[in-house]
Amino acid sequence: MAITNIWVFAQGSNGAPTSATLELLTKARTLGGGVSAFVEGDASEIAAALGEYGAARVYSTSDLAGALPGVAVSAAMKAVIDGGDSPDLIMFPQNYEGRDVMARLSVKLDRTVLTNNTDIAIDGDAVKVTTPVFGGNTLVTTTFTGSGPFLAAFRPKSFAAEPAGAGAAGEVVAAPVPELGAAGTARIVAVHVEESTGPKLDEANIVVSGGRGMGDAERYSMVSDVAKLLKGAAGASRAIVDAGWVPYSMQVGQTGKVVKPNVYIACGISGATQHMVGMKGSKHIIAINKDKEAPIFGVADLGIVGDVHKVLPKLIEALKSR
Amino acid sequence: MIVCVKQIPDPAQPGELDSSTNTLKRDGKLILDESDSYGVEMALQLVDAAGGGEVGIVSMAPNGEVSGMRTALAMGAAKGVLVSDPALAGSDALTTAKVLAAAIKRLGEADIILAATESSDGYTGTVPEQLAELLGLPSVTFAKSVTVDGATLKVNRQTEAGYDEVTCSMPAVVSVTAGVVEPRYPSFKGIMAAKSKPLETVSATDLGVTPVGWGGANQQIVDVTQASKRDAGEVFEDDGDAHLKIVAFLEGLKVI
Repeated sequence: MAITNIWVFAQGSNGAPTSATLELLTKARTLGGGVSAFVEGDASEIAAALGEYGAARVYSTSDLAGALPGVAVSAAMKAVIDGGDSPDLIMFPQNYEGRDVMARLSVKLDRTVLTNNTDIAIDGDAVKVTTPVFGGNTLVTTTFTGSGPFLAAFRPKSFAAEPAGAGAAGEVVAAPVPELGAAGTARIVAVHVEESTGPKLDEANIVVSGGRGMGDAERYSMVSDVAKLLKGAAGASRAIVDAGWVPYSMQVGQTGKVVKPNVYIACGISGATQHMVGMKGSKHIIAINKDKEAPIFGVADLGIVGDVHKVLPKLIEALKSR
Repeated sequence: MIVCVKQIPDPAQPGELDSSTNTLKRDGKLILDESDSYGVEMALQLVDAAGGGEVGIVSMAPNGEVSGMRTALAMGAAKGVLVSDPALAGSDALTTAKVLAAAIKRLGEADIILAATESSDGYTGTVPEQLAELLGLPSVTFAKSVTVDGATLKVNRQTEAGYDEVTCSMPAVVSVTAGVVEPRYPSFKGIMAAKSKPLETVSATDLGVTPVGWGGANQQIVDVTQASKRDAGEVFEDDGDAHLKIVAFLEGLKVI
């Protein structure tokens, strides 16, 4: 059984496919076989772009009318599979919606899920995915056994997005959400967006992050100041997000955002596994920490053993005077 | 209220893979996953706010370990069911969800089933949603806060950009993110009381769940390798001029 039919769970944002969607489509194209995008919501605005990145067919659930995607999109996928188009492999982004849809679908299909992957390869009939564990120091390769559809989720930025070139616009096929019954009663009634200025955390060229070592929420502002002066984005470790100093949208790490900026500056961050997974792919890393044994120094190109409360004010002054 | 909890190897100890199975070694002492302490706390607060009801806990472990569950009982949970079976070793997330669904049914009816968004040792992160599908219930994942208004559940659900307000009928499955409440420390009285609280241990077979463990997981680990190491660069002690080293480094990269 070769892999001939691959689906990518696709999402749009502000009229364009998300970067995670395009990364997965790009990778899916290289695996051989036909590629379809399965869009959460209305696909009309993004279908052409999905086609450019390799989706020959675009399934669209149409607007979800406030339903949470997990239950709705998985039911729509199951209906298409029951209708005769059964994929060998479905690729999901490792994000809220991707996880929820794949989890619901895994029960409907009685198939296992493999999450947190950073790579995939087809080896004859076997589909092999790679997952970093222990902070990325060890790579575990797992193969699916039994029959498909195989369900796999990939961390953002695992693959580079490239348009397919002369791709035809994807054919749009309606994949309506069936009646969901009691399981479908969860509804979004209001949306709150936390305002942020400057470049987006996962797209910024420079990211400056703070951790527990910053002391308290007030002194974390030094991190934002440095980020602003460098025209970068401010990030945070999970510890200070959990402590309520900054919103979750600023969290870098396994359960937050994966960033790969040109320069990453870690201030008062020891380098827990949870955090390292989200920033180890940065091109250049600078770390400032009091504890010279902190694991963060193991990945830093420039390490400063010192007090962030002494180093950062001087750095801010030096950057301001330029 | 029922809370799903996991007992995990102490995260303060370095993790290790079993060389024969390539899975995480879980044979030592197990503690309550910190991620789950938020669910337990939230359930206790919801019961307080409702002025009645009780919190039950369910867990699964390949050995008979209960010390993590006793912590949840000491915090204030009333009773628990542990599904313990050597045949559960190597179970995938879907099998785990099937086992927990059966354990929840054994514990009785629940208005809200709470779980963490993901465990701290395996972090597959699909079990709560799989559980909801198995039980035919609605679900809200990544909850920051949960309130009950009559028969309706109101949840603030974390999103990439902020949060959504979500309403949902009950019973429902809710997964809670870490850090949203301050988990209470078990009191001495609570620890003593926990010793006599009902904690039933059953096997997967007792619950009618098969196959489990390696046979039930449609996945197989085929290779474990070391990632290419990132070379550590230069480390300096701050002598009062460390900021100049940072400025020079940034200049070298032409970003300032």
